[in-house]
Amino acid sequence: MSITLIYTVVVLSAIGIIAAIILYYVSQKFMVHEDPRIDQIEEALPSANCGGCGYAGCRAFAEACVEENELSSLFCPVGGNECMNEVANILGLEAVQKAPKVAVLRCNGTCDHRPKTNQFDGAKSCSAASSLYSGETACAFGCLGYGDCVDVCDFDALHMNPETGLPEVDDEKCTACGACVDACPKDLFELRKKMPKDRKIYVACRNEDKGAAAKKACDVACIGCSKCFKECPFDAITMENNLAFIDSDKCKLCRKCVTVCPTNSIIEVNFPPRKIKPEQVAEPTSAGPDSTDKA
Amino acid sequence: MLKTFKMGGVHPAENKLSAGKAIEKLPLPKTVSIPVAQHIGAPATVVVKRGDEVKVGTVIAQSSGFVSTNIHSSVSGKVKKIDDVMDSSGYKKKAVIIEVEGDEWEQGIDTSDNLIKETHLDAKEINAKVLAAGIVGLGGATFPTHVKLSPPPGMTAEVLLINGVECEPYLTSDHRLMLEKGAEIIVGTKLLMKTLGVNKAVIGIENNKPDAITRMQEFTANEPEISVQPLKVKYPQGGEKQLIKAVTGKEVPSGALPIAVGAVVNNVGTAFAVYEAVMKNKPLVERVVTVTGKSVKEPSNLMVRIGTPVTDLVEAAGGMPEDTGKVISGGPMMGRAVTTLEVPVTKGTSGILLIRDDEAKRNEVEPCIRCGKCVNVCPMGLEPYLLMTMSEKKLWERSEDRHVMDCIECGSCSFTCPSNRPLLDYIRLGKGTVGKLIRARKSQN
Repeated sequence: MSITLIYTVVVLSAIGIIAAIILYYVSQKFMVHEDPRIDQIEEALPSANCGGCGYAGCRAFAEACVEENELSSLFCPVGGNECMNEVANILGLEAVQKAPKVAVLRCNGTCDHRPKTNQFDGAKSCSAASSLYSGETACAFGCLGYGDCVDVCDFDALHMNPETGLPEVDDEKCTACGACVDACPKDLFELRKKMPKDRKIYVACRNEDKGAAAKKACDVACIGCSKCFKECPFDAITMENNLAFIDSDKCKLCRKCVTVCPTNSIIEVNFPPRKIKPEQVAEPTSAGPDSTDKA
Repeated sequence: MLKTFKMGGVHPAENKLSAGKAIEKLPLPKTVSIPVAQHIGAPATVVVKRGDEVKVGTVIAQSSGFVSTNIHSSVSGKVKKIDDVMDSSGYKKKAVIIEVEGDEWEQGIDTSDNLIKETHLDAKEINAKVLAAGIVGLGGATFPTHVKLSPPPGMTAEVLLINGVECEPYLTSDHRLMLEKGAEIIVGTKLLMKTLGVNKAVIGIENNKPDAITRMQEFTANEPEISVQPLKVKYPQGGEKQLIKAVTGKEVPSGALPIAVGAVVNNVGTAFAVYEAVMKNKPLVERVVTVTGKSVKEPSNLMVRIGTPVTDLVEAAGGMPEDTGKVISGGPMMGRAVTTLEVPVTKGTSGILLIRDDEAKRNEVEPCIRCGKCVNVCPMGLEPYLLMTMSEKKLWERSEDRHVMDCIECGSCSFTCPSNRPLLDYIRLGKGTVGKLIRARKSQN
């Protein structure tokens, strides 16, 4: 009995030792030399693997950083400038500083503003719905409301508001990775420069129809009247396809455009209340796109 | 002997309510809006402007490429404006809106009912007339007919199939056309045969239309080159590839056109339109549209000018029933719900179906139970459950490997799914996206 036991131990140990020798030899022979800096960079990255940088994940981004001679074309939107400085230190390169951005939804077609003209009862997915037709309202450009953007957000920064039927961005959590920008079949998300105190002014509409049609489809549609374009003292507003667009790099948050907009399609967020004029009652806007119902 | 295709297929309730109703002419509408993209391929280029006087048959938009075709005014009157209007695709498209004044036709168009059988025109001249008349496949796919009649170099047609299957439930426009315009269809068939240079044509008709089969057999009794093939009832037999398989037994290879097996398929409506274009110089300005539904007072088959708003058709059929839940342009299997009744009738509109509220709603979607029914019924031999999941997960390359582009969008999978899964919605999305990727790849190379 004991002999069997000894045999077993000896044979198994022998197999173990031989296997160890083979494995050691193989690992030496076929060793892949990898730049140790890749691991260091990966360590410095936020490990979100969101793809916001344009690479498949943080590891792929780290590999790309090591291969490049300069970092101008590489930026991790999640980690931001701090993270890129760290990466630059590891590589001994100069980091490019970029202004932090945040995603905004350029549609304010809530259930109240944009009446439904039909009912969709197919697959509950924006991309599937938009491959079938233009949507449940008369506006062919607005939010469909099935939440493809919410599904792709890795940072829990997007939520559907059941009252408005629109997604809302949580500025604190949004990393500007751009996943929602790619996911939205109506191309409604835009990454805008983060302003002081999270203030925002933007045209919450993408309707390119002529004014009358746009207004008929949605109360708060941009009708392309160009009033804001003429009012803006900083040339931040451009007009194209019956639609105004405010360039967040040029905008100085003066709010003049908001006052002249006849349809309230320009939204101001996180501003203090205006000085109350007799005919005008303004109230502070909390957050979210549905906060424009003021004079 | 009855023939049919082997793979897949379903048997939806036929509901051919309007089969006994003769084709009636719909009174002229007040205005028409004629979209410039009524066919597969490049939209036509508008050649009229606001205020222009047009007659019936005046070209208002010209073919803008090989796969494109002419668009004619279907009424006489004044061009009111050129604007974007909603059509049955669910998106706004450019259209010419014409206010109707009288009913004056372009010179040279024969509007009589006389049957003309003989022509001296040769194949090329016939095809030129088909292009000039703006004829497209009237079965629903609206592929420009002149393209079908010009086989690519190195390929020759051997047989012409005339599609009188009409496998979509409810629709009866082709059925009525065969009963009432059978002689014209035969002449049209001969013209198509002459253009293609084939000496054999088969008219495929499902055996739920015995009167149409008898009628067409009477007309072809003295035509040794044309035969009528009765077919077993099975959806989607009216699909081009299914019809070829059913009649000739040949299978069109994946990604190839029917001409690869020497077949060209044209609808009976198209054959009739070709007859009118060649023998009567009449462009495609009107078509037969079935207006039907279980609650519709008078389900009917109407001869309608292109561009007529759907609401006129519904009025003609006794008005909109109160319990209507959905209005579909086309049949219940492949048609598309319209978002407004102002949608115009286009060259591809074969029917307007008013579905009751209780029938219109989809049932609640439940998880896939892996029963494999969708795989069994797919007439193209695809795996719909897998293609749907791939679309959901955005795995476009794998979806392409699994031949998503071969899907004919017949809807048999969604029809049969016991879990009510929206299979076709997602497969359409996959098809659209993969199609875009393929085009992008081609333009890169």
